[in-house]
Amino acid sequence: MRTFRIGGVHPEENKLSHEVATVPAELPKQAVFPLSQHIGAPAKPVVERGQEVKVGTLLAEAGGFVSAPIYSSVSGKVAKIDTVVDATGYRKPAIYINVVGDEWEESIDRSDKLETLADHPELTPEEIINRVKVAGVTGMGGAGFPTFIKLTPPPTATATCVIINAVECEPYITSDYRLMMEKADEIIVGIDLLMKAVKVNKGYIGIECNKPKAIELFKQKLASRPEIEVVPLQKRYPQGGEKQLVDAVIRRQVPAPPAIPVNVGAVVQNVGTAFAVYEAVMKNKPLFERYVTVTGKKIAHPGNFLVRMGTPMIQLIDACGGMPEGDNKLLAGGPMMGKALTSVEVPVCKGTNSVTVLSGDDAKRKEAQPCIRCAKCVSACPMGLEPYLLAKLSDKGEWDRLEKEMITSCIECGSCQFTCPAHRPLLDNIRIGKTTVMGIIRSRSAKK
Amino acid sequence: MNVILTAVIVLGAVGLIAAIVLFFVSKKFAVKEDPRIALVNEVLPGANCGGCGFPGCGGMASACVKAADSGSLEGLNCPVGGSAVMSQVASILGMEAAASDPKVAVVRCNGSCENRPRIAEYDGLKTCRVVHACGAGETGCGNGCLGCGDCVAACKFDAIHINPETGIPEVDEEKCVACGACVKACPRNIIELRLKGKNNRRVWVGCVNQDKGPAAMKACKVSCIACGKCVKECKFDAIAIQGNVSYIDDEKCKACRACMKVCPRECIYDANFPKSIKEVMKAEAERKAAAEAKAKAEAEAKAKAEAENTATPNVTEETKPKAKEE
Repeated sequence: MRTFRIGGVHPEENKLSHEVATVPAELPKQAVFPLSQHIGAPAKPVVERGQEVKVGTLLAEAGGFVSAPIYSSVSGKVAKIDTVVDATGYRKPAIYINVVGDEWEESIDRSDKLETLADHPELTPEEIINRVKVAGVTGMGGAGFPTFIKLTPPPTATATCVIINAVECEPYITSDYRLMMEKADEIIVGIDLLMKAVKVNKGYIGIECNKPKAIELFKQKLASRPEIEVVPLQKRYPQGGEKQLVDAVIRRQVPAPPAIPVNVGAVVQNVGTAFAVYEAVMKNKPLFERYVTVTGKKIAHPGNFLVRMGTPMIQLIDACGGMPEGDNKLLAGGPMMGKALTSVEVPVCKGTNSVTVLSGDDAKRKEAQPCIRCAKCVSACPMGLEPYLLAKLSDKGEWDRLEKEMITSCIECGSCQFTCPAHRPLLDNIRIGKTTVMGIIRSRSAKK
Repeated sequence: MNVILTAVIVLGAVGLIAAIVLFFVSKKFAVKEDPRIALVNEVLPGANCGGCGFPGCGGMASACVKAADSGSLEGLNCPVGGSAVMSQVASILGMEAAASDPKVAVVRCNGSCENRPRIAEYDGLKTCRVVHACGAGETGCGNGCLGCGDCVAACKFDAIHINPETGIPEVDEEKCVACGACVKACPRNIIELRLKGKNNRRVWVGCVNQDKGPAAMKACKVSCIACGKCVKECKFDAIAIQGNVSYIDDEKCKACRACMKVCPRECIYDANFPKSIKEVMKAEAERKAAAEAKAKAEAEAKAKAEAENTATPNVTEETKPKAKEE
């Protein structure tokens, strides 16, 4: 069975909510929509205070080329345009909507009928990309890069295949798995659409072997479709990283930044994105709800929910039996790459795949000891970097040297810190170095 | 014997040739350093703090000489030595020193544990840079001091220390040379170099919270809510609201402390005044009360007198003509 060739670790899986069927989450009383839910410029509000909105009404338009519009997930009245503490921990501009009823825009097709590409010959690649753009679809795996940009490769590169990321290597999270089990047909149509949009006729679905049922299901559904291949992969973190997945599935290595997967011919999309693309193109439904896993060892009933965006996380935790007693660590995302939150009121956004609650010792860091030069971090780094060195240089502020050591290649997966027997805060330091060096590079190219 | 002689002659000849070659090469490729650079370097403090913006005092010395050749020393300043050193430098270079007023680092946050409630516990690497990159920190204020002491580590003059009671750094005015190392180290731009002011008296807004009023109020007891009272109160047009926070321009400020009297959040601070603003306000209030009491007493006395006059009209009639006569 295949996997990526450099580094990697295998954290405890803890997929507590694997076989818990998805249920729609209750509507919130007030939904909050931060204006920057994606990478790029924040969206610009187009609604005013007091305005009535329906489910699917445009709230904010794209604020630049790399940006995405935001749609309402609820019906009601705009209460205010203010700020909210989002997953970054800082106050960011947001639109507040007081929920009244559940009235949908009429343009959205709410039927369960499966629309296939054969039924819609009018869909040209440009039309698909345009609908994806208008619907505000962004990468559903967490980073939140606007999808339409990934579907329009730069002229210097040619796409040869679409790779669907159904790896879900992050511990605890099961939302992609549930989506695959419950919406397999829609996902396959979504893959067809993505393949048509980037004009290729080869698709792969990379699934880790800890999800045998999903592999079986997709193999069965795609038995008569040789152009879409199901690729079972070994269990290994961070296989869900774009570059790792490309290496694992088609055995090509993406060069150092600024190269992106499409430079070696691959367009990588998350399985959730494939589903969102299906809904956006076939059902005319903008991106305003998503699958979210609510999990944690001390959570009474870990589960999966179809959540309207803007719902505060505490509401989901309450639906699973409430916050456990004592000190807890609340994460947006999983324990490896998730972001620790300072507020339980943080709303679910486009990139929120999981709400994870770590309790007791899991929530606490162990005390850092001196480096024993075992080089475990070097073996674990999936990008072939030397994390101990990057951390040290970053601490000393040697930015030139860091650039030479390829710190910008770091994908911040945290394998180094996870594997370190001395519990050194490697990634904390590396992240500082990476942002500083990226800033230096940006200002240098701005001068030119 | 012969061998020794040959060796001496050969080596001697080689040495001689090398010496001649080296002599001419050293003449040809001589590096001419301006002697003034060494002189300037001598009067500079030698702290190599980089506060002037050049890499160490050597860099500053060559920059000074270069600037002198192009005609002006403007923009060059040694924050450690101040105008004394700069005038020395100027005299070496035969120029006039650009006068610069002494500055001092000012910490613009007072979010102690008491003023700013903790809403979360940070568990990780305890340096401000990392905490800042991770999120807002342990409090609801996304702009305030994180208290991990990056500024303390950056200071080469032992002039800034975290007060263990408040968890906020404090600047030792005597030791601070305004090199700006702490300003650069602070990821939240809380520390600012401000003019020391007349008699070292200065006034500043001790808050950088850019949230709107209600959020700022919730996050901290002494946060600026950009109400604009200080702006209205200032007679010298020195205060402006920028990004939901009030800022006092130290060039324009006359340190009259009128703004401090009206600030409802008490987030404007002063230094080196003989009396605290509260004492001054109390004294003023007392004086005012006393004046009011006096005025009241006078008014009462007058009223009483008038009442007496009306009661005895004869007296008034008699006194009036007398006054006229006088």
